[in-house]
Amino acid sequence: MSTRLVSGGRLIDRTKPITFRFNGKRLKGHAGDTLASALLASDQMLVGRSFKYHRPRGIVASGAEEPNALVGLGEGARFEPNQRATTTELFEGLTAQSQNHWPSLDFDIGAVNTHFARFLTAGFYYKMFIHPRPLWKHVYEPFIRQSAGLGKAPDAETKDSDRYEHFYAFTDVLVIGGGVAGLQAALAAGRSGAKVMLIEQTAHLGGRAPVDGGTIDGQEPGAWVDQTLAALNAMPNVTIRARTMGAGIYDHGYVLGYERVADERPGTDGPRHRLWKIRAGRVITATGAIERPISFAGNDIPGVMLAGAVRDYVVNYGVSVGDRTVVVTNNDDAYRTAIVLAKAGLSVPCIIDARPLGGGALMEEAKALGIRVETGRGIAKVLGGKRVTGVVLCNMVGEGALVEEIACEAVAMSGGWSPVVHLWSHCGGKLTWDADQAAFRPDATRAPIGADGQANVLAAGAANGFGRLQNVLQDADVAGKMAAHALGFDAPKDAPPMGEDAAVKPLMPVWLMPQSAHYGLRMKAWLDYQNDVKVSDVQLAAREGYESVEHTKRYTTLGMATDQGKLSNINGLAILSDALGEPIPQVGTTTFRPPYTPISMGAIAGEARGEIFQPLRRTPMHGWHEAHGAEWEPVGHWRRPYCFPKAGEDKHAAVAREINATRQSIGMLDASTLGKIIVKGPDAGKFLDMLYTNMMSTLAPGKCRYGLMCNENGFLSDDGVVARIDEDTFLCHTTTGGADRIHAHMEDWLQCEWWDWKVYTANVTEQFAQIAVVGPNARKVLEKLGGMDVSKEALPFMTWADGTLGGIKARVYRISFSGELSYEIAVPANQGLALWEALIDAGAEFGITPYGTEALHVMRAEKGFIMIGDETDGTVIPQDLGLGWAISKKKADYLGKRAQERTHMTDPNRWQLVGLETVDGSVLPDGALAYASGKNANGQRNTQGRVTSTYHSPTLGRGIAMGLVLNGPDRMGEVLHFTNTEGEPIAAKIVSPVFYDPEGEKQNV
Amino acid sequence: MLIFECPYCGVMAEETELTAGGEAHVKRFGPGSSDEDFETYLFHRENPKGVHFERWRHANGCGKWFLAARCTNTLEVFGTYPAQTTRPPEPILEAIRAKRPGFQWRDLA
Ligand SMILES: [Zn+2]
Repeated sequence: MSTRLVSGGRLIDRTKPITFRFNGKRLKGHAGDTLASALLASDQMLVGRSFKYHRPRGIVASGAEEPNALVGLGEGARFEPNQRATTTELFEGLTAQSQNHWPSLDFDIGAVNTHFARFLTAGFYYKMFIHPRPLWKHVYEPFIRQSAGLGKAPDAETKDSDRYEHFYAFTDVLVIGGGVAGLQAALAAGRSGAKVMLIEQTAHLGGRAPVDGGTIDGQEPGAWVDQTLAALNAMPNVTIRARTMGAGIYDHGYVLGYERVADERPGTDGPRHRLWKIRAGRVITATGAIERPISFAGNDIPGVMLAGAVRDYVVNYGVSVGDRTVVVTNNDDAYRTAIVLAKAGLSVPCIIDARPLGGGALMEEAKALGIRVETGRGIAKVLGGKRVTGVVLCNMVGEGALVEEIACEAVAMSGGWSPVVHLWSHCGGKLTWDADQAAFRPDATRAPIGADGQANVLAAGAANGFGRLQNVLQDADVAGKMAAHALGFDAPKDAPPMGEDAAVKPLMPVWLMPQSAHYGLRMKAWLDYQNDVKVSDVQLAAREGYESVEHTKRYTTLGMATDQGKLSNINGLAILSDALGEPIPQVGTTTFRPPYTPISMGAIAGEARGEIFQPLRRTPMHGWHEAHGAEWEPVGHWRRPYCFPKAGEDKHAAVAREINATRQSIGMLDASTLGKIIVKGPDAGKFLDMLYTNMMSTLAPGKCRYGLMCNENGFLSDDGVVARIDEDTFLCHTTTGGADRIHAHMEDWLQCEWWDWKVYTANVTEQFAQIAVVGPNARKVLEKLGGMDVSKEALPFMTWADGTLGGIKARVYRISFSGELSYEIAVPANQGLALWEALIDAGAEFGITPYGTEALHVMRAEKGFIMIGDETDGTVIPQDLGLGWAISKKKADYLGKRAQERTHMTDPNRWQLVGLETVDGSVLPDGALAYASGKNANGQRNTQGRVTSTYHSPTLGRGIAMGLVLNGPDRMGEVLHFTNTEGEPIAAKIVSPVFYDPEGEKQNV
Repeated sequence: MLIFECPYCGVMAEETELTAGGEAHVKRFGPGSSDEDFETYLFHRENPKGVHFERWRHANGCGKWFLAARCTNTLEVFGTYPAQTTRPPEPILEAIRAKRPGFQWRDLA
């Protein structure tokens, strides 16, 4: 059984007991424990079930690479699935649940999958899904839905109760990883005078060295770590942040850091996680190495663990994973585990070394401790179900014939160490195959490149492929000095500290144990624990013709789980290369992608949630609308009133009331969101002639003209009224939300094409509030406010004038988007509310009615006015919309003119704008298509038109619509057949798009 | 997250301060041009794996458009320059030639 030892555990505080719950069971641990160490201390060997076969699984590792020990952590608003027990710091009251089992962890029905394992081989899903559709619906889909997904999603209605934030940091040198390599690199760069930031994903700095032993400058590594940390903390140019993972490296030295600020203190003030956006001149990846499992049958039974992890649990947490532990290895490092176990008084029945001659000094030390060493041997299979009961010893060479059964509770395995090259690879760093260590390591000659064309990422220490302490320290020292030097800092010429540890014999690559394991063993030899991929699956994929590692990955799902194959990558690759008969470097690796380990959605969102998810733009009258019960509609970054329902009134009734009041007496609209761009300069007219399809240079000062803008593809992009202010100055109105885009469009052409034209532009949208006063009584209300002549003679239709209204300086435009007598009044933004309220007061006797966007839309549709985004969709040209009158025939050029001459644009069969009137008076569905006879090449019904705008018109008491129809304008009176979403036919007659006041008499009074 | 130096205001601008505008030095063809020329203008782009000339706007900064010479493969930036030109300045071309012998882009070499 796994248990807490009576002494030891450098990271735990035995005076501080902690109580936590696992699957409802009350368990005890100590401050400093991880959830994993505390579970092991409580003999909780079984922590979850595997994804596909629901096999019992235990803790394998002690850090970020853990594939099995994923739990649902917390409850309610703090519940989070798939949290790694090995990186979860224990705290009082922690609750965790195991995943992937039903009904319970100990008794799981899904485990029957394991008996069908021979049918669930690689590519199972791909092979099954080509079967008939009914099987899909009734057999496969329910099965997949039942078994898909790792862990349980948090309740959709429960909001995360924690706070998250984003931080920005700028540094010369960023060191990722706080082991001895990271510390030495930071020290070297810091002493050069560079600004240094060091981040470490765990709560402790120093990494593996204090566990692995040896000496640095004659001291225990732990003592050197303390001393170096003190030196770094004393340097004002060095910042150290623990619990902060380097999640990804991106272009030009941009790095994402993920800080778990308060995971171990839930509910405390401040954020839970912090996302760091770091820009560094040079990045040093001192990310260490990850131990590889060995592929032998039963290597997933709880109790089979990485040798380094077994050592970590003893040294760091005073936890024994079993009284008797068999060590199996292909290298010297695992002997350290045997030695640690023996020195802790635990039994090591045997060290099984695959190498014919075994190891070096560490082997001798183990032997001297009385430990039996079997060289040239392997494990044929592990015995046990929910925990290890023993191993079958065999010869390494052969199919796995039994030599001897050895009883044990745990197996510590080591297949060698792979440098953590993930971050190096994120931004294009290439790898080289190191045959001696049987691992990929960073190729410094093909490093990620910065803006200056120089390598901007340097790998250091174990992450750079170094194993011996002395080499690690030396490499890190060089990396730190080089990084600082590249940024112009003079590195001191001091020597790195002296590291000493045991000399080692070479590793022997072992990708399958025993070498010629028969099928029965290979289909129990796991590569990817989290996705349940076995040696036999990868071999099958190779036999079926999957030669590319990227394809094999997707076919078998090897390395596609949340751990991204941290343990399985190299082993799987080696099996594939063996099956293909190609060397490993030729087969290559799959792509490493950020984040290094999963980061929380909360951290990504940061503060951007709820009301501040997106900043809201408010017009000066926003508060008034809110106080008067506006129903909001999001438009661009604004909220505009959709309508103003009165008590007991629904939206439909409110819109009808607003329209009727406006058409019969007077309404008013907050039009402040309309874009307003000033275009000024001697060449302003010439410039606008290029931007608009119609002629603007001939517009007289004091007059207004409706204009259309197209892009160079000829498609309609924006519309609005242009007012000429004086000889040099125009004011261009754009659609709501279009101002920024159109202003950028203007600047693009001015700066990049016609840079010698003398024109300035300014987006003054928010400098002015604008109010439309609309209806037959509009003039009377303005005259009541007084201050300027707004008569037909003084201010005719499509003109503007400056003056004052009710004492407020105003510019009044006689323009109409409703077909009524209409004034649009622009005032300085800070006067907007005052004018709005003055109009409300002055108009009271006429029943002045504020209206919203829906009334605006209906009234414009009644008049047949187009709306950008309704009648246009990026494929519509003005000619389609009957707007030929707004296209100048005289101009030699305007943006879009050449494109509108292309054959497709002049095709007489382009759909064109018409009005549509349902035969029964109902409202056509938006976007509905008109049938035509026959079918197209895809067997779909042919169409001959579609609805672009559709409303109930209270003015006409019926449904009205606009649409684009094949040869529409020539087919007046013809009845088309549309369909609603239920597929029922609706008949509609083609009519003129101008439903109301076709002569325009009402607006021109 | 690229960084470019804005040649107008001198700021080392993060990509989030910029908007991308596609390929630089595209010659406009308007009314009267042949179908081939107009098609080239609208649709044909170099899209190289290697040295490229691009349009960027310091949109959340000084608002100016500028041009950049950049390797789309290694992300090396050879320089930025104002947009009011039909051809990359000679010093930029020299910087590219020094690092990429045999470099070619449209009719530039
Ligand atoms: Zn700038």
